Amino acid sequence: MRPILMKGHERPLTFLKYNRDGDLLFSCAKDHTPTVWFADNGERLGTYRGHNGAVWSCDVSRDSTRLITGSADQTAKLWDVQTGTQLFTFNFDSPARSVDFAVGDKLAVITTDPFMGLTSAIHIKRIARDRSDQVGESVVILKGPQGRINRAVWGPLNKTIISAGEDAVVRIWDSETGKLLRESDKEDGHKKTITSLAKSNDVSHFLTGSLDKSAKLWDARTLTLIKTYVTERPVNAVAMSPLLDHVVLGGGQDASAVTTTDHRAGKFEAKFYDKILQEEVGGVKGHFGPINALAFNPDGKSFSSGGEDGYVRLHHFDSDYFNIKV
Amino acid sequence: MAVEAAIQPSKLRWGELEEDDGEDLDFLLPPKQVIGPDENGIKKVVEYKFNEEGNKVKITTTTRIRKLANARLSKRAVERRSWSKFGDAVHEDVGSRLTMVSTEEILLERPRAPGTKQEENKVAGDPLAQMGKGGAVLMVCRACGKKGDHWTSKCPYKDLAQPSESFTDRPPSSETTAAATGATKGAYVPPSMRGGGAERVVGTDMRRRNEENSVRVTNLSEDTRESDLHELFRPFGNVSRVYVAVDQKTGMSRGFGFVNFVNREDAERAINKLNGYGYDNLILRVEWAAPRSN
Repeated sequence: MRPILMKGHERPLTFLKYNRDGDLLFSCAKDHTPTVWFADNGERLGTYRGHNGAVWSCDVSRDSTRLITGSADQTAKLWDVQTGTQLFTFNFDSPARSVDFAVGDKLAVITTDPFMGLTSAIHIKRIARDRSDQVGESVVILKGPQGRINRAVWGPLNKTIISAGEDAVVRIWDSETGKLLRESDKEDGHKKTITSLAKSNDVSHFLTGSLDKSAKLWDARTLTLIKTYVTERPVNAVAMSPLLDHVVLGGGQDASAVTTTDHRAGKFEAKFYDKILQEEVGGVKGHFGPINALAFNPDGKSFSSGGEDGYVRLHHFDSDYFNIKV
Repeated sequence: MAVEAAIQPSKLRWGELEEDDGEDLDFLLPPKQVIGPDENGIKKVVEYKFNEEGNKVKITTTTRIRKLANARLSKRAVERRSWSKFGDAVHEDVGSRLTMVSTEEILLERPRAPGTKQEENKVAGDPLAQMGKGGAVLMVCRACGKKGDHWTSKCPYKDLAQPSESFTDRPPSSETTAAATGATKGAYVPPSMRGGGAERVVGTDMRRRNEENSVRVTNLSEDTRESDLHELFRPFGNVSRVYVAVDQKTGMSRGFGFVNFVNREDAERAINKLNGYGYDNLILRVEWAAPRSN
């Protein structure tokens, strides 16, 4: 395959997200300006100007009209997808890290980093259908985990919130009462910072990637460990194919080791693993730095990766990908 | 792209043109034509322009239109396709080339066959750890004399012939010097110390490479391991050493290797038999290893 290279960002990529129809790709980077691309040919559709810091993550509503972004400028913003206008700004006292719309797009979860004595927190906000009704107050605020919360997403039927972060523990919270329901086992769980989390299409299970050089598949209700995928490098990004039983892990070595590594050694690959057999089925090379973000097109026929090198690479699979046998 | 000068009778005569028109004669040109794309996705664009000398040039650009994703788009998605650009994308220069198709063909690279993986990890692993291993003089295999590679009990060559006399019969003093130099295997060895009379003090690898009955095997496929070569050459006689060159950086085979036989006749037979032999989709080239030219 010949990937499409998109060089719209000046700084390392942080997050990638497809809309539900898979025709738009949203990219976030440390350069303040989230960008939307056509996912078929990689053409740039527009940028969302207004943030004043690195943008850590984004989410798009199911009908592809609203975009929410979380940024290091201590705000999370709601945008109109079509025009790029700001609709609302949620102000926090510390940088916002992860954002996720609930099913139905009436709620959103936003995490904030520990900052100037404040601990990290998970905020649940109500998202109004009408822009004028939008308020900034949180419905529920969850606190407790030590260190940064790198990812918080909605569990099945919006009943729970799944969070993971620097303390290497995956937690499931009740989204209404804010009670901690489950914590991942110290034995089975990750040993180092969890960097990424990807839900399956039906939210029955999810995948976490960690700097302990592994990714783990969990049951979203019971938080039992299903599978572990071991690799040679810290995992920065994970994605799950909605079509085949594949998971993709992206990573790289530590920033300090980048310049001393020969790029032919192939450490900046996106690695494909068989979801069930936990065996590696292939690797896709190309980035000149660690991979920070991965996303699968909802049709499962293409995926994109964003790297520390500032490029988004959009890969449309060749037909032989669909016939891989382990 | 094909460029051809088209000499066509023009309706205007030279004399009828005014002098100052000189630069702007574009109205004389036939309009741009677009043919296709046909069922193979071939699209032709025919344009005319004047070159520097004032001649009319016909430019035919043939492109193939390829659909990258034959996704069935929803009605909404089709609508979104026609959205106008916003933000920075509005003032995008045509030449900015934000989106490019990779010139490089990227394949989904399959991992190596199971079983070969560990060996590879060893090669690609931490060079420091490897050096430490090499320096561990303790780890000397008594069966084949290789240092720092394996213990005697795990010797892969233990069913092979004894190493040549020059090796086993060496006085203990030279054994220790060889061991000491073995520790600095990766270090620079001046040419004067290589081969010849100083051969004995050079690390085992260097010395063995110059050994007699060495056969060079080239055009090996990348997947060929030392064990495969051993299997291939074993039927011809006792093999004392098998080596496949591996790129230090990538851990990939470089496509050649050496096999040392205990008996010259066996090596001769192997060369006669295996030179030109089809092995793993490539045709092997087997010949005597040329002695080093120093």
